[in-house]
Amino acid sequence: MSGGFRDPKSVAGKRLPVEETTQLLVIGAGPAGVAAAAEAARFGIKVVLVDENPVPASVMGDDIPLHFGQRFSSAVRNRTAMLEAFIARNPAITELFDAGVDVRLGATVWGLYANGPSVGWLPGTVAGLQDGDRSFMLGCDRVIVAAGRRDVGLAFPGWELPGVLGITAAQHLLERFDALDVRRAVILGSSAEALAAARSLRSAGTEIAALVEVASAPIGPPALLRELGNIPLLCGHTVRRVEGGSNGVEAVFVSLLGPGSEEQRIACDSVLIGVGTVPVIELLDSLGCRMTYQPERGGHVPLLGDAQRTSVPTIHAAGDCAGIWPTKTLDAEIARAEGKRAAVGVAASLGIAVATPPPPAEPETPDHDPDTYRLDWVRACVVDASGEPYVCQCEEVTAREILELRPPRYLAWPDDRRNTRSLRQLLGEAPPNPDQVKRLTRAGMGVCQGRRCREQVAALLALGAGTKLGDIPLASHRAPVRPVPLSVAAETRESAEMTEHWDTWFGMPPQYVPYWDAPRLYTVAGRATDNEPPEGK
Amino acid sequence: MSEPNGASVVIVGGGATGLSAGWWLAREGIDVLVIDKGIVGWEASGRNGGGCTHPFSPLFKEEQRLWPMMDELLGYPTEFCPRRIRIAMDEEQMQRYGRARQHAVRQGFVSEPLDAQQVRELVPLAGDNIAGGYLHSFGGHANPQRTVQAYAWAMQDHGGRVLQHTTVQGFITNGGKVTAVRTNRGTIGCDTLVIAAGPQINHLAGSLGISVPMVAARAEMIVTEPLPLMPIGGVDGNGLYGRQTLRGNLAYGGGPHEWLEISDNDVPHRSSTPLMRNIAARLAELFPRAAHARAIRSWAGIIENTPDGRPVIERVTSPDNLVIATLSSIGFGLSPATGHAIRDLVVDGVCCFAELSSLGLSRFDKLEPDWIDLQGWR
Repeated sequence: MSGGFRDPKSVAGKRLPVEETTQLLVIGAGPAGVAAAAEAARFGIKVVLVDENPVPASVMGDDIPLHFGQRFSSAVRNRTAMLEAFIARNPAITELFDAGVDVRLGATVWGLYANGPSVGWLPGTVAGLQDGDRSFMLGCDRVIVAAGRRDVGLAFPGWELPGVLGITAAQHLLERFDALDVRRAVILGSSAEALAAARSLRSAGTEIAALVEVASAPIGPPALLRELGNIPLLCGHTVRRVEGGSNGVEAVFVSLLGPGSEEQRIACDSVLIGVGTVPVIELLDSLGCRMTYQPERGGHVPLLGDAQRTSVPTIHAAGDCAGIWPTKTLDAEIARAEGKRAAVGVAASLGIAVATPPPPAEPETPDHDPDTYRLDWVRACVVDASGEPYVCQCEEVTAREILELRPPRYLAWPDDRRNTRSLRQLLGEAPPNPDQVKRLTRAGMGVCQGRRCREQVAALLALGAGTKLGDIPLASHRAPVRPVPLSVAAETRESAEMTEHWDTWFGMPPQYVPYWDAPRLYTVAGRATDNEPPEGK
Repeated sequence: MSEPNGASVVIVGGGATGLSAGWWLAREGIDVLVIDKGIVGWEASGRNGGGCTHPFSPLFKEEQRLWPMMDELLGYPTEFCPRRIRIAMDEEQMQRYGRARQHAVRQGFVSEPLDAQQVRELVPLAGDNIAGGYLHSFGGHANPQRTVQAYAWAMQDHGGRVLQHTTVQGFITNGGKVTAVRTNRGTIGCDTLVIAAGPQINHLAGSLGISVPMVAARAEMIVTEPLPLMPIGGVDGNGLYGRQTLRGNLAYGGGPHEWLEISDNDVPHRSSTPLMRNIAARLAELFPRAAHARAIRSWAGIIENTPDGRPVIERVTSPDNLVIATLSSIGFGLSPATGHAIRDLVVDGVCCFAELSSLGLSRFDKLEPDWIDLQGWR
């Protein structure tokens, strides 16, 4: 659109302040991101590589970005030491420095934006970053998102205690920072991801007291299981509750599935939730990249074309955020190859002549149904829980309150007026939509931004409605995908044109002419121009 | 739900306007069916500031009469909270806002000036950078998402029906009346049709030969983590509108919108943009004691506007059993009264409690054909 008069109260003519620019932004310094950055730098592309780690201890305390369950050592309070540990344990990063990659550690990408069907005023693809107390916009020609994975949460009585954490979080603390504070752990789940983490933790000196598995047999690779040797394996079992004090977990109680089963007490200081890992798709989904549900890739993943490209042409995805499966978990070369493929695609799209990369690795067909496995855990643990644990810890919402669509407790809506509607009545014939459910119950609306509960809520809705997990729509992700203090987000100077034309609402004076003064005929030529917008739009 | 063959009143559009109308009709025992292309309250009705204060509207008095009763009438919580404060950052704003409240005062409502200290007592998150403000003993705010669902449930409690995920493909007319609605799930007969479908009204009414001038736009809001509840949560100022929710979150919006071209039944992904930073900056200025609070979400809504930004609520003459309602970006707060007005138009042919002539389509009879270009709404 060019020429002509443009509504000054609209975004037309407003320039987005972009503090920095680069050709390629790579998000995440895991194997895929590092490989992508190295490959792109080799092609002569100007690269910024960002990783949010190490995140400040206070942020880790909110289980952001992973479910740390307070089981990090005091080392995390020294960010410089954490930074040094991170680099020391990831020598490939040092090589990136040498290759001329602009590496920013401890910097968070909280938003990714591009023009699309409903946005046209941006100067191109831009990322919102936070680095300490500063936020800024980074303009980039291309982005490779390599944001990794996180753990699925699982509620049981006491799961809010320190010492209940995700297995990816534990592995991350250990392998990236040597800052894991777990001495004796019980692991829930026996997937390749859980077993690999168990191996890693045990070799670092953590005692694994037991593996608990709802399935009748372990689901992970037998070879990996044999490697772990004599760890007690409790199949057909579920966790009933944990017991603990101010220092957190002291014991976990497990039992065979089914009501009335005798509980077995296992002393431990931590319970590691390893019942599922999912791709971190927050930035991709909030931007509007098309998603697809593929259980064999870990659930909701971006729909990818050639060269790891998403449906938004400037955005690529590589590594775990593009899909998780056992061989990929056990062989980082697959993630690296995806990173390189993405970099080659970026180079080609920027007009650099490159050889066609080898085709991507495909997930193996799982010999168990991942959705059924997820639902079995949620049923055994959350639905059949001995108490009423909060599924959403931030907003304190129980499974029953989610399934009964109860108004949040702070409204004190009288019990005799309680809503007796079933999910079915809410929905007609379509599968339950978690966004609708969260609006009513507030589950997933808290400070952790749903990272601990969103997969559980989806599973509960599938169980409650009797539908397949894959039929439950993906609850939407919204920027900022990390909590950003107003004062930090505000770190921008409002442009003169923004200030001059800023309006509370649409800035349409005729809207506010009182009805008794409204003209009988409205024309643009004769319209009111100077009325005062009212309050409380 | 099995596919219905028809209803006495079919309402196209399950937003605040359509559902409120459905509820008003159903509570009189009228057989009503609301059709929505997606989920109820999914568009602008569920994505707004929740304000209930529109003194320039002929529906204002009814809006003010109804809101305090809505929880009781609906039987479900709306989170309505009465009263509103408008903060003036400087003396010039103090004077301007003083003039703006006269529309409400003239209609018998009370608004009193506050000095800066009085504002801070009612709005503890405000700081030393304000000049004062006004406390309105009218208006207020409610939770849009909860309210829209409450309309739907209350309507169902009275026997009304909702058909979600249903796309309207056209209408069947006969003898100057709309006799049925064609949908992807079959044809649904009706005695009276209400079109309250937001940005889609243009296309739907157009297929019946009625031109409703409008353009849709995208507008953005942000929400913070919960903060201690202030005595009054409906607080505007510094170019922002919004509220503190009963959970304690600050939900605020303001600033430039983006005009969109919307095709037929398609509503695009509701992307937010880095405008979040500008809203955050203004919010931290409005509430310096909340500057540390973390923004945890932003979102965008798609909102339709008529050329003068005023609603259209009209029972048209041809076809003569059709009511059209677009609220032009102020639909949520007015919705209790709008539903009442639509009920009157459907049942009695005229609105019995308010003079709606200023909301008729005929005001656009002399509208310039190129009004969109002239107003720069592109």
